[in-house]
Amino acid sequence: MHDKVIFLCCVFIAITIPQAFSYEIEMAGSISIESRWFPHKAQFPDQFNGAQNSIALEPEWDVQINNNHLLSFIPFARLDARDNRRTHADIREAYWLNIQDDWELLIGVNREFWGVTESRHLVNIINQIDQVENIDEEDFLGQPMINLAIQRDYGRFSFFILPYFRERTFPGEDGRLRSALVVRENNVDYESSAEEWHTDAAFRYSHYIGDWDIGLSYFYGTGREPTLLPNATETRLIPRYDIINQAGLDLQYTYEEWLWKFEGIIREGQGDTFAATVAGFEYTFFQAFDSNADIGFLVEHLYDGRDKTGAPQTILENDLFLGMRYTFNDVQDTSVLAGTIIDLEDESYSVRVEGERRLGDTFKLELEGQLFANTRSTSNTASVKDDDFITVRLSKFF
Amino acid sequence: MSHLLKSILMYSISLLLFSNAIAEELEAKGYEIAKRSDHSDRGFSDSVVKLNMVLRNATGKESSRTLEIQTLEAPNDDVGDKSLVIFDSPRDINGTALLSYAKIIDPDDQWLYLPALKRVKRISSTNKSGPFVGSEFAFEDFTSTELNKYSYKWLREETCEEFTCDVVERYPLYENSGYTRQIAWIDQSVYQTRRLDFYDRKDSLLKTLDFKDYREYDDGIWRSHKLSMRNHQTEKSTDLIYSDYEFKTGLNDNDFNKGVLKRAR
Repeated sequence: MHDKVIFLCCVFIAITIPQAFSYEIEMAGSISIESRWFPHKAQFPDQFNGAQNSIALEPEWDVQINNNHLLSFIPFARLDARDNRRTHADIREAYWLNIQDDWELLIGVNREFWGVTESRHLVNIINQIDQVENIDEEDFLGQPMINLAIQRDYGRFSFFILPYFRERTFPGEDGRLRSALVVRENNVDYESSAEEWHTDAAFRYSHYIGDWDIGLSYFYGTGREPTLLPNATETRLIPRYDIINQAGLDLQYTYEEWLWKFEGIIREGQGDTFAATVAGFEYTFFQAFDSNADIGFLVEHLYDGRDKTGAPQTILENDLFLGMRYTFNDVQDTSVLAGTIIDLEDESYSVRVEGERRLGDTFKLELEGQLFANTRSTSNTASVKDDDFITVRLSKFF
Repeated sequence: MSHLLKSILMYSISLLLFSNAIAEELEAKGYEIAKRSDHSDRGFSDSVVKLNMVLRNATGKESSRTLEIQTLEAPNDDVGDKSLVIFDSPRDINGTALLSYAKIIDPDDQWLYLPALKRVKRISSTNKSGPFVGSEFAFEDFTSTELNKYSYKWLREETCEEFTCDVVERYPLYENSGYTRQIAWIDQSVYQTRRLDFYDRKDSLLKTLDFKDYREYDDGIWRSHKLSMRNHQTEKSTDLIYSDYEFKTGLNDNDFNKGVLKRAR
């Protein structure tokens, strides 16, 4: 209900304000139909078997006024036939941005991405992950914020005040790709007595010096990653969100065909203070085999030194990511990305293949395949071991 | 040493020196013509233009891309222009933006903004000869043409359509070019390039670019509004149709920063 009211208010504002000032609205966005097919029988009794069909809508409205005001509004909704929690709506963006020569002020809901690596987005922390959307942790919920960015010759300084916290989304009882126990929604535990109204703060400095791109960041507030603990009757997992301090560093060195990448964090507030890193490279053969296509090779090592009891669990404690990207550079922008993440401790691994191609001028076809292999009963991926899937997605862009 | 041998030797040396002198003179003349053409563009300070790219395959099937290009003029010949390319269509890449700091000899600095993840990515600019968005334009054809990226040689003078043109050959000095050489036809009236031939790494004719519909803006700033690239080896072609040129819009360095990519529309 609450969501609906916000949604309607924003629609009202988006429609009335531009009319009142008679500025031109630019519209964009997409509608997509998706079928996600699970070939194996579900591991847990309530989970569905077979195909999961859904439809998603993400329109986008922009209004630019006098080159120094920008209004953006991007609502999002998905209707899912199998998992009622995957049927959800969100406001990805709804902000007003005031642009000055060397500073910008943004007020509203926005998405902000930090980082350079491919296999894990460690440094990225402003937005909560919209986990029901996809397991690649690249879909995010809109975050209310006040963001001041100051540009100087020696870099960009960005300050964030984050007044409201968004809970991570999780699959429901019927859904696949979940833990053995379903994660409870709404009634979650917070370390802060202010609960979701704790004011978080973040800072980022980013710049480039020659072939180096550097980002330094700091976050204080409610960590986006929950610790999942069973309730007293062991029927549900209850997310617990702790107050954390996190410092982050992201670096990229770009030299000829090489991109060398590093992301590292130090986090305090969840058990013992720990560090986590992703380090690796991407090497590209441009115009491989005398064709127009580029072939890139990606290698990243993932380390995470977190506390096994006091911190949220991760599946990426000591893992190796190997990937290959094939970009056809054709008129239809065809590309394929294949990658595997290997757990160097228990030798379980997962494989993911993503392909996409534009059809005509306004459609895009995407294929995704995910495989979990060699999973042990003690592996952190044990609950999803039977959840290999193939996704076909057709999107219309307007 | 016999008298005859001595004269032959002297004659050969002077011929060598003379031909060297001629070669140097042709190079100097080629450079001067290229410089005059390049400098005719001086003082545009910044520009904003809309571009419609029409891609045609060998059977004539068309597809198009629309984009906006913002350019900030470099203060001198030792540094390159800064540019921002923002895609409008195809709609699935709407909002994708490419920021480039052109260099003279070193590889350019380039950042790509991907709106799906709201991610700014520094990319390798080694890929000079790769196709730009699936078109017949390579990255190196599309990024700004700086005077000192090439060495030059004047070939001849000939008529080109209604003009008299200097025909100047140029050789890329930067690494990873897909070309051994290019031949430019530069008119003698307003010093604009009218045609450009590209020779591939095997030195065979690869592409021809025709510059049509030149229009003059303030202070003798000329811009072609239709560039047609034909690939002779694949029979594919790409037209660039420019419209709504604006100059001196007041853009500055702060508008060409990786921080602004995510709000570029």
